Amino acid sequence: MRNAVLAVMVLGAAQLLRPALSAEEAHHPLDWENWHAGNEVTNTDSLQRGARNFNNYCSACHSLKYLRYSRMAKDLKIPTEQLKANLMPPSATPADYMQSSLQSADAIAWFGKEPPDLSLIARSRGPDKVYRFLKTFYLDPSRPTRANNLVLNNPAMPPVLSALEGVKAAVYTTTKSTVDGKIVETKVFDHFDTVVPGSMSAEEFDGFVRDTVNFLDYAGEPAQADRRSIGVWVVLFLLTFTWIALLLKKEYWKDVH
Amino acid sequence: MASNDTPAAPGFMGWLNKRLPVQQFVREQLLEYYAPKNFNVWYFFGSLALVVLVMQLFTGIFLTMFYKVGDTSAFDSVEYIMREVDYGWLIRYLHSTGASAFFVVIYLHMYRALMYGSYKTPRELLWLFGMFIYLALMAEAFMGYVLPWGNMSYWAAQVIINLFSTIPVVGPSLVEWIRGDYGVADATVDRFFALHVVAIPLILLLLVALHLVALRQVGSNNPDGIEIKEKRGADGRPIDGIPFHPYYTVKDVVGIGVFLTVFAIVAFFVPTLGGLFLEEANFEPANPLSTPEPIAPSWYFTPYYAILRAVPNQRLGALLLLIAVLAFFFLPWLDRSPVKSVRYRGLLFKFFLGLFTVSFLTLMYLGMKPATGAYVTAARLAAAGYFAFFLLMPWYSRADRTKPVPERVRFHA
Amino acid sequence: MTDAVATGDDTNEVDQGRRKFLTIATTATAAVGAVFTISPFVASWEPSERARALGAPVSVDLSKLELGQMVTYVWRRQPIYIFKRSPEMVQSLAAHDNRLKDPKSKESDQPAYAKNESRARRPDIAVLIATCTHLGCLPKQRFDKGDAQLGTDWPGGFLCPCHGSRFDLAGRVFDGSPASVNLRIPPYSFPTPTTLLIGQDETSAKGEA
Repeated sequence: MRNAVLAVMVLGAAQLLRPALSAEEAHHPLDWENWHAGNEVTNTDSLQRGARNFNNYCSACHSLKYLRYSRMAKDLKIPTEQLKANLMPPSATPADYMQSSLQSADAIAWFGKEPPDLSLIARSRGPDKVYRFLKTFYLDPSRPTRANNLVLNNPAMPPVLSALEGVKAAVYTTTKSTVDGKIVETKVFDHFDTVVPGSMSAEEFDGFVRDTVNFLDYAGEPAQADRRSIGVWVVLFLLTFTWIALLLKKEYWKDVH
Repeated sequence: MASNDTPAAPGFMGWLNKRLPVQQFVREQLLEYYAPKNFNVWYFFGSLALVVLVMQLFTGIFLTMFYKVGDTSAFDSVEYIMREVDYGWLIRYLHSTGASAFFVVIYLHMYRALMYGSYKTPRELLWLFGMFIYLALMAEAFMGYVLPWGNMSYWAAQVIINLFSTIPVVGPSLVEWIRGDYGVADATVDRFFALHVVAIPLILLLLVALHLVALRQVGSNNPDGIEIKEKRGADGRPIDGIPFHPYYTVKDVVGIGVFLTVFAIVAFFVPTLGGLFLEEANFEPANPLSTPEPIAPSWYFTPYYAILRAVPNQRLGALLLLIAVLAFFFLPWLDRSPVKSVRYRGLLFKFFLGLFTVSFLTLMYLGMKPATGAYVTAARLAAAGYFAFFLLMPWYSRADRTKPVPERVRFHA
Repeated sequence: MTDAVATGDDTNEVDQGRRKFLTIATTATAAVGAVFTISPFVASWEPSERARALGAPVSVDLSKLELGQMVTYVWRRQPIYIFKRSPEMVQSLAAHDNRLKDPKSKESDQPAYAKNESRARRPDIAVLIATCTHLGCLPKQRFDKGDAQLGTDWPGGFLCPCHGSRFDLAGRVFDGSPASVNLRIPPYSFPTPTTLLIGQDETSAKGEA
């Protein structure tokens, strides 16, 4: 009930601030379920930014327990001094795995559960889903974290990026449908409205999330860039071999009739 | 017959041949083994199956060097292989792609037999050995899938082992005996490891050897279903046959080249194949408190999984699954047609074979989907089509109006 | 009835030269492919990233090390003896070259900076790999001069319990020992005057050894 009241208030406020839609514009709900991360793990610059983002906003709670700092530095072409200065806690050495300092007892006390390790999150959920997750937090005063999420309902995770993104509220439309002869109204998500602007513009924040997702994609399988580049040579070699073998076969099969 | 009569070759080969029939083996099995000259593309899959077997054994041995069996170490050790062992990621992907490739090859290999009647006399035993290889392969793949101890590994083990509880009387205690614990646990993955790495590979090697010996004994079938041994030339050799070496050695090398190219494209560029070859849920560790949604076995098991779920009764569904697999064993005796190859069969056989094909592929697709609504109805229809191929075969194979089988094989240079 | 296979005297001559060439080409390409295929498997046996991480250089705090005291550290799964030599110990090293198998360490394995008299960067800090160069046992510390068991002319050093090899305070092997070369020395350096870094000197890359 409070949600609906808040949504209506925000909707009303937003209507005052936004020019009215023209009559010819068709209205579509925000197509968040089809957003794509569009990340490329060969983009080292993006990965470096993503590593920085992860270190600044995620590593306090989330570990990357299968990835070593030194491995990340090598693949992302980060010099050791910068690694030590910016991307590692002071107690760690480069060969260490990327652990989080959050104690499990504290995590359970503060959040209700331990933040999962993120080494394989991009492989088990897919980068697209992680991207959508990070971009669909919205204001929900009924929850202890005062936020909810379209991808993961009632997440224990607080909206840690709200300083950058700002706070947004979910706006719903109601659709009427007939079920068993009765008219049923369902709330359907329509779009987000900004309640409090963040320090980044929408494009900047989108780039921030894309870089972070790119980094998590890399962290899920550090060898993937190598895999593809070696694969090109392997396939070319095999095509060549098959062609030579085919010439040999045709030559011998001239005998057969 | 005694090789002692032949003049000894000079040098090392002479010394060797006197003590081990190497030269004799090469002569008899390669140079003087006459295979039909009209093999088409469907005849590559036997040699490809051998290639995949060797590849799985080799990559599997190397994985065993780095994998640590046990419920607390297995998942971590797979990530260790993927990230920290030099080229470990490659060994892993070769093995996971190889597992799926094995089933692609084997299904096409079996389908060739269905089309050309390669299971019919005198090749019934050859077919049976092949079917036992198929069973062993399914067991091997199932157990191999449990070893990474991902969440799908755990739940696949849970569901498949629970199938055995449907066996009357002994079911529940059998299931506990298989697991070695009250639920799928450390004991389960430990024993699956031993079976997957040692026991079943040995059984597979034995069965493949028997399969090859049986093949050698009766000779290959061919796309026209004609027995080439029945027409021999003046020199006693089948006139429609050609020596395996060099003609089929050279041809098989091309087949292997094409196969490896496709295989490499998958292994290097799309090893997960969108979740078909390596499922997303398996990148999370096993969690007894959280079943992945949707839960489905690997693609090569989904046809049987669809049949299992098509029946609302658990025991009956399991029984039907068993019958669906075992039906293949009876093919040599269900098929009453005098004609082997689909080329000379009538419309009835062609219809039922087509129905079987469509049903099998449909069941494979449906097994990946949730068992609700229209999916279940479709699965029931497809299961009916699948079973019709076998159950009605004694009738339609005999009632079919076949075409006359030619004297010589159809060959175009 | 014609055979399925052409015989040599058919109308089309078999081009043996082409067959030979193509056979060689196919075989050679396959051989190259086989080598490329086997190489990742061979590479997988190299120490993994975990082994390399565990084999990272080891830092030793020397500030508390007393004269004549020895500590043992592990680097790359090898025991390393680190001890502080007194000036007398260092002087005694020159006195018994005639009783040593390799007094100038010509045959032995050590970094260039350890090929000097004291076999060390700094004469007061000795760093030795504590693996007997005979068959690999851990030599025991026998620093006392004129040790009862080893004789009055024993200058101090190590005795290997397995087969009786004896080494001096610079790890050099004595005549009459089954071992034939001096104790090996790892790469090391002194980042600060009181810190020893085993496994890294100037020649090795940053972070690796």
